[in-house]
Amino acid sequence: MFDIERWQEIFETLRKNKLRTFLTGLSVASGIFILVILLGFSKGIENGVTSQFQRDATNMITVWTNRTTKEYKGLNPGRYVQLKNGDFDMVSTKYKDYLEYESSLHGMWGVTMTYGNQTGSYRIRGVMPDHQFIENADILKGRFLNQADLDEAKKVAVIGNKMKRDLFKDEDAIDKNILMYGMNFKVIGVFSDPGGDREEDQAYIPISTSQKVFNIGDNIRNMLFTVEMSDNFSDAVTLSQNISTEIESQIKQMHTVAPDDTGAVRVYNTLEEAKKIYKLIDTIKAVFWFVGIGTIIAGIVGVGNIMLIIVKERTKEIGIRKALGALPWSIIGMIIQEAVFVTMFSGLFGLISGLALLEAVGPQVESDFIKYPQVDFNIAITTVFILVFAGALAGFIPAYRAAKIKPIEALRDE
Amino acid sequence: MIEIKNIHKSYHMGSNSLHVLKGINFNVKEGELVSIMGSSGSGKSTLLNILGMLDEADSGEYVLDGFPIQNLNEKIAAKYRNEFLGFIFQSFNLINYKSALDNVALPLYYQGIKRKERIDKARHYLEKVGLGPWSNHLPSELSGGQKQRVAIARALASDPKVLLADEPTGALDTATSYEVMELIQGINDEGKTILVVTHEHDIANMTKRIVNLKDGVIIDDSLVEQVRASQYV
Repeated sequence: MFDIERWQEIFETLRKNKLRTFLTGLSVASGIFILVILLGFSKGIENGVTSQFQRDATNMITVWTNRTTKEYKGLNPGRYVQLKNGDFDMVSTKYKDYLEYESSLHGMWGVTMTYGNQTGSYRIRGVMPDHQFIENADILKGRFLNQADLDEAKKVAVIGNKMKRDLFKDEDAIDKNILMYGMNFKVIGVFSDPGGDREEDQAYIPISTSQKVFNIGDNIRNMLFTVEMSDNFSDAVTLSQNISTEIESQIKQMHTVAPDDTGAVRVYNTLEEAKKIYKLIDTIKAVFWFVGIGTIIAGIVGVGNIMLIIVKERTKEIGIRKALGALPWSIIGMIIQEAVFVTMFSGLFGLISGLALLEAVGPQVESDFIKYPQVDFNIAITTVFILVFAGALAGFIPAYRAAKIKPIEALRDE
Repeated sequence: MIEIKNIHKSYHMGSNSLHVLKGINFNVKEGELVSIMGSSGSGKSTLLNILGMLDEADSGEYVLDGFPIQNLNEKIAAKYRNEFLGFIFQSFNLINYKSALDNVALPLYYQGIKRKERIDKARHYLEKVGLGPWSNHLPSELSGGQKQRVAIARALASDPKVLLADEPTGALDTATSYEVMELIQGINDEGKTILVVTHEHDIANMTKRIVNLKDGVIIDDSLVEQVRASQYV
């Protein structure tokens, strides 16, 4: 393998047969190149879809209510089911062991807020401290609401990044007061949300404050929970489904709603949706792998085919070399070493150019569904070696046969 | 130099069997220039291939310079071919992507000689056959006669005990044939043992001994008065 004379002989052969070398190299390089791009974009789609989905926690259960649509126990349909703090406390206590984060919510749309001479209309939501985690919000500056804010119904607000940009421009927002409904709210934090501007165009205040300010007593609009994730995904889905169902029937019972009234009390379980998305991602992955493996097989067949032709074309040369005293194994070794060198070199070339393209184009891709296309380097390098191995094997069989035939027969071959 | 006793060789094609050599006996001493003659199908090329260890006899004895040649494995056959024999073919059998110089150097590569020494030796033999200025040309850029000269230089490069030439002038016109024969005679004059297979009488007459083959047996083996090729050139 490290015989310099052998390498000189091989390089000379390759140099003198430029077209053949080029074609072999091209088929290997393009195979690997296509595979890298395919796997890269498959990963990109996976990243894109996953991040689309990560706007909120994936294991979230949301409860909201509406008017009843069915007559039940003598009560007329069309009655509004109003959730109260008590409902939230009940669920919270009862399922304490299974719930991770919890928050009740009361929101208002189109609230006019003013800072200095900047004014805008925003959504305002009364929530609990855990809400940060349910929304997957990140604190950019300051802090989120805490239990003390809630207990004392403080007039504090955590504002979205977009809202901060609109009202405060470049100014620091922390500890400044914004005006809403004639009351001053102190900004204690600025958050960003994976959901983007749409989710950052709002302010969070403690729900207790919200109930006072809007004078709604102990009414709440929604209840949000996240379920403790177990390691097993399908277990988590089952648990989350069971809890959803139980919460739904519990609330219906408390508010005297018909058990089959699907409109009045709704419980939405994102984990079930997540399951669908993950299934979709798995399907996409499977399709890309299928195409990728098909490409590799085509590459292997291509390399094998070229090796067959090369050996066939060189039968006479092999005869001449044997007549001049070449050992059979030196001929086999030479052909394989040549094949391995060409496939390895061009395979790595395809790999590197594929990675370079992903690296160059990846950040330019401005699509919500394709993000950071990248490829697992180990997978890519493994495929290169599979191709090299296939090339060597495909070269070995005809080389072995050619080296076995008598030189006189090889010489007769025209 | 060469002793063969009772060599038999048959070819099997399907159910047919063709008995090509039917008991050949002959000896060649060092420094001889022997031509093997015969019509096509007489077995002359088969005999040469057996002598060249490119093919194996079914039975009989073959001793080359004191080494018995029998039941050779590929490895030993390759070594013997490389050290003992030089081949000259009718169709030249040069490697078409290698320059004249590299073609001549190839048998030396298989002797494990270092590149620099190989090239020096190859250049020496190429000059000996009068192709010094053509050393970097590919076979496709050479005439038939020049190609055969390269092949002769290649056969000489490993300094073999015996040169085996299979119809060396078969693909050449008369004038070129005589030039090649002049070269072969010159090499023989230096003491090299040479066997030439041919079916042309004028070529055979330029050797020192003619062995006539017919239907797989030697029908005539006689020394002749050598005609020097130089008088025609």
